[in-house]
Amino acid sequence: MPFQSTVGDYQTVATLETFGFLPPMTQEEIYDQIAYIIAQGWSPVIEHVHPSGSMQTYWSYWKLPFFGEKDLNLVVSELEACHRAYPDHHVRIIGYDAYTQSQGTAFVVFQGR
Amino acid sequence: MSKKYDAGVKEYRDTYWTPEYVPLDTDLLACFKCTGQEGVPKEEVAAAVAAESSTGTWSTVWSELLTDLEFYKGRCYRIEDVPGDPEAFYAFIAYPLDLFEEGSITNVLTSLVGNVFGFKALRHLRLEDIRFPIAFIKTCGGPPNGIVVERDRLNKYGRPLLGCTIKPKLGLSGKNYGRVVYECLRGGLDLTKDDENINSQPFQRWRERFEFVAEAVKLAQQETGEVKGHYLNCTANTPEELYERAEFAKELDMPIIMHDYITGGFTANTGLANWCRKNGMLLHIHRAMHAVIDRHPKHGIHFRVLAKCLRLSGGDQLHTGTVVGKLEGDRQTTLGYIDNLRESFVPEDRSRGNFFDQDWGSMPGVFAVASGGIHVWHMPALLAIFGDDSCLQFGGGTHGHPWGSAAGAAANRVALEACVKARNAGREIEKESRDILTEAAKHSPELAIALETWKEIKFEFDTVDKLDVQG
Repeated sequence: MPFQSTVGDYQTVATLETFGFLPPMTQEEIYDQIAYIIAQGWSPVIEHVHPSGSMQTYWSYWKLPFFGEKDLNLVVSELEACHRAYPDHHVRIIGYDAYTQSQGTAFVVFQGR
Repeated sequence: MSKKYDAGVKEYRDTYWTPEYVPLDTDLLACFKCTGQEGVPKEEVAAAVAAESSTGTWSTVWSELLTDLEFYKGRCYRIEDVPGDPEAFYAFIAYPLDLFEEGSITNVLTSLVGNVFGFKALRHLRLEDIRFPIAFIKTCGGPPNGIVVERDRLNKYGRPLLGCTIKPKLGLSGKNYGRVVYECLRGGLDLTKDDENINSQPFQRWRERFEFVAEAVKLAQQETGEVKGHYLNCTANTPEELYERAEFAKELDMPIIMHDYITGGFTANTGLANWCRKNGMLLHIHRAMHAVIDRHPKHGIHFRVLAKCLRLSGGDQLHTGTVVGKLEGDRQTTLGYIDNLRESFVPEDRSRGNFFDQDWGSMPGVFAVASGGIHVWHMPALLAIFGDDSCLQFGGGTHGHPWGSAAGAAANRVALEACVKARNAGREIEKESRDILTEAAKHSPELAIALETWKEIKFEFDTVDKLDVQG
């Protein structure tokens, strides 16, 4: 006779929007997502913020948006450079679509502490 | 040139059937599917539709000669067979722009689907499509915010929005209702929705609901660190009451409200959309009563017309059916009208049921909402059909989870994100749906249980209203 019900306890988690409910991506999986951004014709943009400011509309740009950048390796090395410069910040990548003036996608690559 | 008055009854086709007419860019064009009474020639039926929906009446009248009816009349300029239906035909009618009041969908519909639908020479009549000229579109307010602004306000990018309707539909107190909202939002949904028939009943007056829901939204937002919202249904018995509810939602700092545009009416909807534009409020639109009007393949108004009318009247999200769930809707037809909600130009494409090129100019787009009898197993197909600019709503598929609504919400969020990630990585999500969901469930006990719970549920009935094709 079981002493506990089979109902699980769902605990609220703090998440960072798109892909916040998936386990951390492997390096290869992140590459796939950046390749998708480039293939859509979107410009890669890297932004970072201290975790205390994660709900702000504006995060800090890393350098400037990488307008028209098609080189996957360059984008990856800039992401890593941003993470090295701000190890305690969230770092996200955006696929910016100048035609709609919207973000085709955006997700956090490095979570700050 | 002046004409003489000649009393009596003329055949409609003498005046309103003009096959040589070349429609102007400023004309409003309509395609009707007509089924006439036996023995009445097609041209006469088509001309009667053109006449009765524009300037004509059954008899010649002297006062016609006080104006230039050649300038104002609607004209049937083309007749086509309906593939696979020997008795029906399409009548294409051009209406001069000056027949309509600027920016008034109410006025357009009163003309086009007014008395003519009861006309005795017709057995059935269905308005299949309207081409709104850009000159008319520029006089309409359209979506108060549109897709781009809504994404910026809600901070949601690169994926469909995820929502659900609070259940049970009716009978919860305000406090209990707010609890269900809180559970869904803390579990990972972006938005929750009032059921359409929740207005302000004795068991739960609207003010009580708004207050408890606002608390739930704010709390979930604080705890999850994500932007959340709930469509507060402002649909009411009078315009005054409608605005009072909208104002209160704004006072509570809520991002989005809701209206039922067909039962509420186009006039109310356009007014509320204007209020939303002025007050920075998003507007979710429900479509109760649409199936009464659009489901019969030979009579009524096709939903693509009602969808176009909503984009012009104003709304940021509109229910469009799901294709795969419990409610009616064929895939190609649905794609045809969701294009008309979201794109800036939609070409004529009979394989999607679009009879005309439609130029929307700079009018913002409307999110397509898929809701009704969908669950996690449908996720890959829903993403493939609706794309990112949509809102996927799982009611039973959220609250029916064995661990409750929060776990149900998390299961849906995990499934959605796994499908988006797989699509972006170049996988064929519809073909590989089982693998994608099963892999994702390894990291999410909530999803694993959801997949088990709904594995047998399907809604496979044939569509009643299909595209007209040679069968």
